[in-house]
Amino acid sequence: MVGERGWRKAATATLFLAPSLVPLALFTLGPMVASFGLSFLRWDLIRPARPVGLANYSGVLADPDFHAAVLHTAFFIAGYLPLVYVGGLVIALGLNQRLRGLAVFRSIYFLPVVTSWVVVALVWKWLLNPDDGIVNYLLSLVGIQGPGWWTDPAWAMPSIILASAWKDLGFVMVILLAGLQAIPEDYYEAAAVDGAGRWARFRSITLPLLSPASFFVLVISLINSFQVFDQIWVMTNGGPAGASSVVVEQIVKHAFSYGQMGYAAAMSWILFAAILGVTLVQFRLQQRWVTYG
Amino acid sequence: MRSLLKGAVAALGTALLVSACGGAGVTPTPATTAEASAPASAPATAAPTPTPEPVKLTYFTFSAAPDHLKDLEAIVQAFQQKHPNVTIEVQTASYDQYFTKLQTAIAGGTAPDTFELNYENFVSYSSAGSLLDLTPLASGDAEFKPDIYYPRAYGVFQADGKQYGLPESFSDVLLFYNKDLFDAKGVAYPTADWTWKDELAAAQKLTDKTKGVWGDFQPIQFWEFYKVLAQSGGQFFNADKTRATFNDAKGVEAASWLVDKVGKVMPTDAQMGGQDDTALFKAGKLAMWHNGIWQFAGLKDASFAWDVQLEPGNVTKAHHFFANAVVASAQTAHPQEAWQWLRFLTSSPEAVKVRLDSSWELPAVADQSQFSSYLSQTPPANRKAVFDALANIVVPPVIEQQSQMTDIIGKALDKAKLGQATVKAALDDAAKQVDALLK
Repeated sequence: MVGERGWRKAATATLFLAPSLVPLALFTLGPMVASFGLSFLRWDLIRPARPVGLANYSGVLADPDFHAAVLHTAFFIAGYLPLVYVGGLVIALGLNQRLRGLAVFRSIYFLPVVTSWVVVALVWKWLLNPDDGIVNYLLSLVGIQGPGWWTDPAWAMPSIILASAWKDLGFVMVILLAGLQAIPEDYYEAAAVDGAGRWARFRSITLPLLSPASFFVLVISLINSFQVFDQIWVMTNGGPAGASSVVVEQIVKHAFSYGQMGYAAAMSWILFAAILGVTLVQFRLQQRWVTYG
Repeated sequence: MRSLLKGAVAALGTALLVSACGGAGVTPTPATTAEASAPASAPATAAPTPTPEPVKLTYFTFSAAPDHLKDLEAIVQAFQQKHPNVTIEVQTASYDQYFTKLQTAIAGGTAPDTFELNYENFVSYSSAGSLLDLTPLASGDAEFKPDIYYPRAYGVFQADGKQYGLPESFSDVLLFYNKDLFDAKGVAYPTADWTWKDELAAAQKLTDKTKGVWGDFQPIQFWEFYKVLAQSGGQFFNADKTRATFNDAKGVEAASWLVDKVGKVMPTDAQMGGQDDTALFKAGKLAMWHNGIWQFAGLKDASFAWDVQLEPGNVTKAHHFFANAVVASAQTAHPQEAWQWLRFLTSSPEAVKVRLDSSWELPAVADQSQFSSYLSQTPPANRKAVFDALANIVVPPVIEQQSQMTDIIGKALDKAKLGQATVKAALDDAAKQVDALLK
């Protein structure tokens, strides 16, 4: 009897899930399986594919351009992650007050998140224009000669980090704000009675109780930053002289510009493995710092 | 069924790669529907004088959109009037997306019946067996005479002794110059026998950084590099194309010519501030500018006097020759109609007239008398330089991994330009990478 009801339930659930399961299977799982097969082939789309075993994988791992892309991606993560987390936290703390027009501020900070990357990247490219951009103009007012943001290889990645953090602040802010509002007011009152100052309350109550939200934000942001692409494609196209070339940019170039589908597929599976590995490590480590309730 | 399966696999593979990069926005070409899967209209029961069956041909192009769609439409109308049973369905894509879409369509078994290829890609597609061999169609067509085409343009679209494409159009690159800026500094206009030295001396006199005026602009990229290499008497590859030779002394001289001008007589990327060279020349900020004849139409309303001259040479002269071909897919169900369309598109008086009147890329026909209407238009006054340049042409070095090689050269030149490596070291490194592509 239980079995039959269980089956019924499962069938109903499947029915309701179908609108998202079918596209997922068709457009995500299917292509994933296909790309895994592709990664063992040499295929330029116009000639018949031929199997090459593990040559694509060994080729990618020995490719100096891929090594450079991995380093640049790591540089991006190291700059972007702290910036977007701390920035998002500061804004979330600021907005977690009883202010007038709070909803307006929240919307303003969230606006960049829903704006197309192409638009954001172009606007930042203008702001950071080395010759007549407003950022370098403002710097010149205080006597600083601004750098060649996206024309100088040393500054290309910092420019992209800046634009990326700005765009994603709103997302981090919303998640952390939800986390902050879930912390019961009683804790703060009790701590205040015990004589805890603002800093002590923040350190001992806010941060630990916010850790599940922080964990979620860090996992998602890290996965996204491994896949950084759109802003680079628009702002620098991987340049100047390859200074902002990242892994996904290399995948796209090899697949669609160089006609090396198998090579690109191998690269995406290596990226997938790296993301999976890092995320597993994060889940391991969470036991040490994430407190639930 | 098999082609359907292949198509599905291709689409899936593509979709994953796209999904992996969060919406890079590559949509597959709209399928040519019935064409590929429907059985070829079998003329087995054809009577001696059959009424031609209606045929729909697709034509995929990058050179028409966005400026010349109406001109192409006029050519299509003229063709359909002569061949009432044939309908041409035009599909367009920007050059950036064109080859991705074309590859996907071919892989998916839905290749357009006829399409456009530039010379570099022609080599790759003909060797892949994607193209219909036009040789039997040409010899079976009594009205067709190959000598209607500019001979060099007809010849480059052969492979292994077979004709795979008809030359559609050609273009070359000249030295554009702003006469007002030359007059203001009292510098003599460029002449056809200028060398790099003359160009540099003039550029130095014409550069006025306080006014933001630069004496010269020459793009720093693959296409300029192989040309200045030829002007220096260098070779891109060794004779049997097994090794890159562009990193010898001549190659270093050529690359240095490009990068050494930057910051002195030519603006750096930062000094250009996101404006491209076309905008700078149009704004009167460049005295000399190396660019293609496709810029004529856009400069018609320039606020200053300008003209063109042959590009200066170094130890010898060398000028670009860019040619586009139109080809038919090996998968087309209508080779005969496709042939008629390709012939009309490239050499009919109607098509030639439309191209010349609209200052589109030039039709690659041999009869220069047809160009009189083109030559009489001004500016530029020295329009005949377009044809003078054909006396010493250089075609792009081509390998199978063309776009990767293009990127390797571009990156090496960028590194030298930015001072991240010496010219010699950057070229050595690039040569090593290109050698690896040749294996």
